[in-house]
Amino acid sequence: MSQAAATSAVSTDPSRRARLAEFWYYFSENRGAVIGLVFFLFLVLLAIFAPIIAPHDPTAQYRDAVLIPPVWQEGGRAEFLLGTDAVGRDMLSRLIYGTQFSLFVGVIVTTLSLVGGIFVGVIAGYFRGWVDTVIMRVMDIILAFPSLLLALVLVAVLGPGLTNAMIAIALVFQPHFVRLTRAAVMSEKNRDYVIAAKVAGAGHGRLMFKTILPNCMAPLIVQATLSFSSAILDAAALGFLGMGAQPPTPEWGTMLAEAREFIQSKWWVVTLPGVAILITVLAINLMGDGLRDALDPKLKRS
Amino acid sequence: MTVVLEARNLVRDYHIPGGLMKKAKTVHALKGVSFSVEQGKTLAIVGESGCGKSTLGRILTLIDPATSGDLLIDGNKIDITKGDLTPEMRRKVQIVFQNPYGSLNPRQKIGDILTEPLIINTKTPADERRERGMAMLKKVGLDERHYNRYPHMFSGGQRQRIAIARALMLNPKLLVLDEPVSALDLSVQAQVLNLLADLQDEFQLTYVFISHDLSVVRYIADDVMVMYFGEAVEYGSRDEVFADPKHSYTKTLFAATPRADVASIKARLAKKQAA
Amino acid sequence: MALLEIENLVVEFQTATGPFRAVDGVSMKVHEKEVLAIVGESGSGKSVSMLAAMGLLPWTAKVTADKLTFNGRDLLGMSSAERKKIIGKDISMIFQEPVASLNPCFTVGFQIEEVLRIHLGLDKAQRRKRAIELFEAVGIPDPAERLGHYPHQMSGGQCQRVMIAIAIACNPKLLIADEPTTALDVTIQKQILDLLMRLQAEHGMGLIMITHNMGVVAETADRVVVQYKGRKMEEADVLSLFESPKSNYTRALLAALPDNATGDRLPTISELFVDDPSLQGAAR
Repeated sequence: MSQAAATSAVSTDPSRRARLAEFWYYFSENRGAVIGLVFFLFLVLLAIFAPIIAPHDPTAQYRDAVLIPPVWQEGGRAEFLLGTDAVGRDMLSRLIYGTQFSLFVGVIVTTLSLVGGIFVGVIAGYFRGWVDTVIMRVMDIILAFPSLLLALVLVAVLGPGLTNAMIAIALVFQPHFVRLTRAAVMSEKNRDYVIAAKVAGAGHGRLMFKTILPNCMAPLIVQATLSFSSAILDAAALGFLGMGAQPPTPEWGTMLAEAREFIQSKWWVVTLPGVAILITVLAINLMGDGLRDALDPKLKRS
Repeated sequence: MTVVLEARNLVRDYHIPGGLMKKAKTVHALKGVSFSVEQGKTLAIVGESGCGKSTLGRILTLIDPATSGDLLIDGNKIDITKGDLTPEMRRKVQIVFQNPYGSLNPRQKIGDILTEPLIINTKTPADERRERGMAMLKKVGLDERHYNRYPHMFSGGQRQRIAIARALMLNPKLLVLDEPVSALDLSVQAQVLNLLADLQDEFQLTYVFISHDLSVVRYIADDVMVMYFGEAVEYGSRDEVFADPKHSYTKTLFAATPRADVASIKARLAKKQAA
Repeated sequence: MALLEIENLVVEFQTATGPFRAVDGVSMKVHEKEVLAIVGESGSGKSVSMLAAMGLLPWTAKVTADKLTFNGRDLLGMSSAERKKIIGKDISMIFQEPVASLNPCFTVGFQIEEVLRIHLGLDKAQRRKRAIELFEAVGIPDPAERLGHYPHQMSGGQCQRVMIAIAIACNPKLLIADEPTTALDVTIQKQILDLLMRLQAEHGMGLIMITHNMGVVAETADRVVVQYKGRKMEEADVLSLFESPKSNYTRALLAALPDNATGDRLPTISELFVDDPSLQGAAR
């Protein structure tokens, strides 16, 4: 039979695994991305097992051990590997617990802005016309403010605290997702498979969210990773300005703010939270780059 | 024979709104086209890019409305701007696109692609849907193990088979085939043309076959309509049109089509020798 | 002497799933003033083999050949600077998508004059004069005015004429046309093919037509190479190829043409040559 011969020639590999293998091939070509991924997984483990790993309670104050330097410096003590802060709390434990907050902020902010942004963006890109105009002008207004300033204003209105800070940051990030989704939806909307679904009788809701949206996900995933790191950064900035997590929460930005006065004399109290933020953000951004390489068909070489 | 599709004086204008510097203008994509197709027959619409054949295809598939004129499917007049488009009507006309790489949703498995029309339009239970999907897959020459794969794992010809299968899931009466084989290789083209012929015999399907390739048209069509700048310049049975083209454009078109027969090669080589 | 000589050309690509052999031991010769058609379906390696000969493949491709010479000079061994001097001047190429092959940011006049400046070093007035001549030669009406147009202002057929004008600007010895008419309408295809044949005869160029369309082959070629899955199936002069094809694949290909249809259904390729042992190997 002619057809049997024709069909057996084409790939017989099981679907999902082959796609994953291809994804991993392109992702792993970028060494920085792999390092970023490994470090990110390490952070996730730290956050999950913080109560087991951390040697001390992050809020316990050791009155006899105020501003002890890290263990390798003169005057360091073995029980406080990275030293203690101004009220005698163990730096290492606080940093480990800080991971929880940072990842929490990243996850919540990204989810909020991603879900909201996708919903609004799909509607704008699908219906166009005045709906699109109204939505996009509102987004333009949000984008016109310096993002941190807007977040500050929102927190000032809502009241300081980690939850409100997250809501504010999510709102500030929203327009990026809206624009990205809208652009992707607009380019997919006139493809033949969408028209085919329309001819089969699919309604607006089905076309928007079941037919078009899954094909717009790749750039959104990349943007989500990158905004994950920006969220951590912004939350730390708000914490530093006293508008985010409140002391004694071991949040990295808040820790930095508390340690401001020791910037000249006791380097570890300031530097270590800063380094933690830096490395985390760097790792996630590297990972995002790798994701883009692997997911963006335009950059694919073969 | 019953007439499945009838078009009376179909017109389609596109209004291009003016900008700051430009005046608004109207493009007449279709300037009054009339034809009818009987059940089980194939009407080929031939023309070059910009002649309005794809616009006509979209109107016949009830995607876009006509600006004026009447469209009758199965004897019922349809005007989609007036909300005549009931699910029953929708099911009667389906389309197969030119590019099999763009017409299948890359994120859907073949099974989902095939059963989606049933989910939308009918209350068929899940296991029956699956059964019908499988059956259709076999009908178009693929088999059950392809049911759970994604479109990117198939070749162009196989994808076109899947697109045909999807179009047939709702048992339509009329299939609009918009250049269904022009993106395919010669050998695959032959297979897909055979498949279309088989399906037509089996289901008494009516085809509107949009194409620019005269050799394919000559092979598959019963009636031929040649379009040029939105007008039907030639309309008649295949033998009439190919044996005795009346309009000068049709003659030009025939003369321009490359011939792959030995006699014309000999003629060309002889001419080259002489020069 | 042959203009382009290729012996046992192999091209391999590194992909996520391992090496992929796109061209597998293809040999061919193109003589001066000859029109050679390379026919094959998608995946037959017909474009890749020509791109490989010109050194235009990305770095992921591994190209080997026993012999790859143009006009007696070894193309594989020469430095990329030397090769650049030959390609674009003595060998030039036109592609399937004329609109995409032109840079949308510059006028067509600028693009053709750029080629004249780089390869021939003409001064400004000479360049303009030659550009107008070339546009006239490829049948673009109103050449002086057309030089100032951007690609998007012209139709696909006009763009392909511009591409041809650029390709013949330096009087190449060999022109490679990769599916030059596939994206065009039938009536435009006829005009472009006629133009190519006229220029080929006038300039005495070698011409390689890469195509999947048997009609185009019949209308243009002197000699034909048939490729399938990276391998050469047959090489013959055009008349004997159509009159008495030697390989089963060619026979199947010709039988699948709707023009040659005799019965109710078309014979399909796999039915006709699935039992051909020479292809069992090729169709890995």
